[in-house]
Amino acid sequence: MINLVVCVKAVPDPQQACNIRIDPVTKTLMRCEVPLVLNPLDKNAMEAALELKEQFDAHITALSMGPLDAEGIVRECLALGADQGILLSDRAFAGADAYATAYTLATAIAKIGPVDVVFCGMASSDGSTEWVGPEIAMFLGLPVVTMVEEIVECRGPQWKVKASLEHGYRLMQVQLPAVFTVTRELNTPRALVFSGIIKARKKLIVRWEIDDLGVPAEAVGLKGSPTIVSKLTTTESKREVEILTGTREEKAAQLLRKMVDSGVV
Amino acid sequence: MIDFTFTEEQEMFRKAASEFAETKVAPKVGEMEATGEVCDEVVKALGEAEMMALTIPEEYGGLGLGYTVRLIALEEISKVSVATAMMLQVFALGIEPIIKFGTEEQKKKYLPALAKGERLASTAVTEATGGSDPTGIRTSYRKEGNDYILNGRKCFITNSHIADTITTLAKDNENPKAFSTFILEKGMEGFKPTREEHKLGMRGCNTGELAIDNCRVPGENLLGEKGKGMRVALSAIGDVGRGGMVGCALGLQAACLEASVKFANERILYGKPISNLQTIQNKLAEMKIDLEAGRLLGYRAAAIQDKGGRSSNEFAAAKYFTTEAAQKAAKMAVDIHGGYGCMEEYAVSRYLRDSFVLGPSAGTSDIMKVIVARWVLS
Repeated sequence: MINLVVCVKAVPDPQQACNIRIDPVTKTLMRCEVPLVLNPLDKNAMEAALELKEQFDAHITALSMGPLDAEGIVRECLALGADQGILLSDRAFAGADAYATAYTLATAIAKIGPVDVVFCGMASSDGSTEWVGPEIAMFLGLPVVTMVEEIVECRGPQWKVKASLEHGYRLMQVQLPAVFTVTRELNTPRALVFSGIIKARKKLIVRWEIDDLGVPAEAVGLKGSPTIVSKLTTTESKREVEILTGTREEKAAQLLRKMVDSGVV
Repeated sequence: MIDFTFTEEQEMFRKAASEFAETKVAPKVGEMEATGEVCDEVVKALGEAEMMALTIPEEYGGLGLGYTVRLIALEEISKVSVATAMMLQVFALGIEPIIKFGTEEQKKKYLPALAKGERLASTAVTEATGGSDPTGIRTSYRKEGNDYILNGRKCFITNSHIADTITTLAKDNENPKAFSTFILEKGMEGFKPTREEHKLGMRGCNTGELAIDNCRVPGENLLGEKGKGMRVALSAIGDVGRGGMVGCALGLQAACLEASVKFANERILYGKPISNLQTIQNKLAEMKIDLEAGRLLGYRAAAIQDKGGRSSNEFAAAKYFTTEAAQKAAKMAVDIHGGYGCMEEYAVSRYLRDSFVLGPSAGTSDIMKVIVARWVLS
């Protein structure tokens, strides 16, 4: 049996991005004002694990760190087909940057036991650092391939994967255990089905707090985060209305000039 | 204390239904509108997504999820396509009498395939001479050996041309006060769909006539007790039929509101989005209030139904309110869109056409008031 861990994150619904506000004091996203959903690229990570489970005898653990509200997305992973869920939730974990998040997740993965592959979405839709996957690998001392767009061979202890580059791809051979961060090109995530939701009723979500991980409070959460956010601002897009006047030909010429000036054409 | 919140699991069912509607139904709406035909891919997708299995007990291959989840699913699908929600709601209308009144043999024979979507269901009560007053129907049966011979013509039957299993109400040839319900199957000699209707709205949901001409129906296809078929037919229509229409109406109300908010925020007049205008805000507020009130009526009735209580009166009130509100919302949505609302590129023109089909289906608003008045006076 191969053991797969999928790291998943609860993010503010990207479809309601316009409603996300920033806390001016802590300079963090005010996540509670927008419904939390499964990070879109983590769905691709889940799908990768689920497709492997269809081919091999595999056990999937969905692992997330977040507030208690994040249990919903872990439950969703169970409904999609994960075998167990683990939620790392403790006030001490709050305010973690990518480094502290990766450290906490890596500690939990080590506690889970022998793992063959850790899948992560390439980035989260809120933080978008793309660091958590590689840093998990660093803490666990495992090889990492970022931006995996295809799993070419997955039999035996060495897998071949295609990883995206800006103008092409790298074909990589990797010794397991390894960490992969995945792109949306890797697969099409399956939809939730009703029977999956019913099956998830019997699956367990374990909650681990700081004491369960046995890590010092200084190493996790805001205290364990070397990143200092000096400023975080929202951008405002404003539209201006301008009524063009003149004959049809004059208005067309004015419009064309404006489009050229603004770089549209 | 009354808890008006949905459970986390119910929210997940809503999400599943919403994702299904957006990914499998939405891409086909244009085709359904253009052709008016049922989209086979949508029907197949409904089956694969286990939508027909919602209310069928687990021991017969269903999910046994009950009526609140059914309402959730219908609302989400109707937000994208009222026609698809209508088709789905009538599948359940054909299935329910078998669940409630079928013998063990009938349940084992029909329900597993209906749950998988391998067979499709409908129900046939309405005729030119009786729909709201089903005692006026003329389709008749007479006993011949172990079989029954049926004759008649059904009209305005949803899923008439795609259904394989149709629960059909008929009148005793010798006793006009006795009615029985039979399971008719596609391909039975003397039973066939004939005229297909071209409706104002809900294009892509099939409605038509069924001709029953000396159709020999085996005795084992009698559903429920002989002579007590009116109860079989009406109990399904009262709870499942009206409940389904509430789901269709709620989805349409929500779609009207969402489209209106989007348009009102984008449409600039006098240098500002029209959502800044109080006259537009009034319309949006009315739509929102009606939607919230409709949800309270509908989901309360579904909760009663899930507890095994009689919910037909509550659903009559909810059906009246939500289908009327859906028409009102569609009219306001078109008004907010101005000239664009009359263009087919904008979904609100479809919403308006669809809203007018909600009213008569499973009983007109006037009939709903008759039922509610009877409830009040009883």
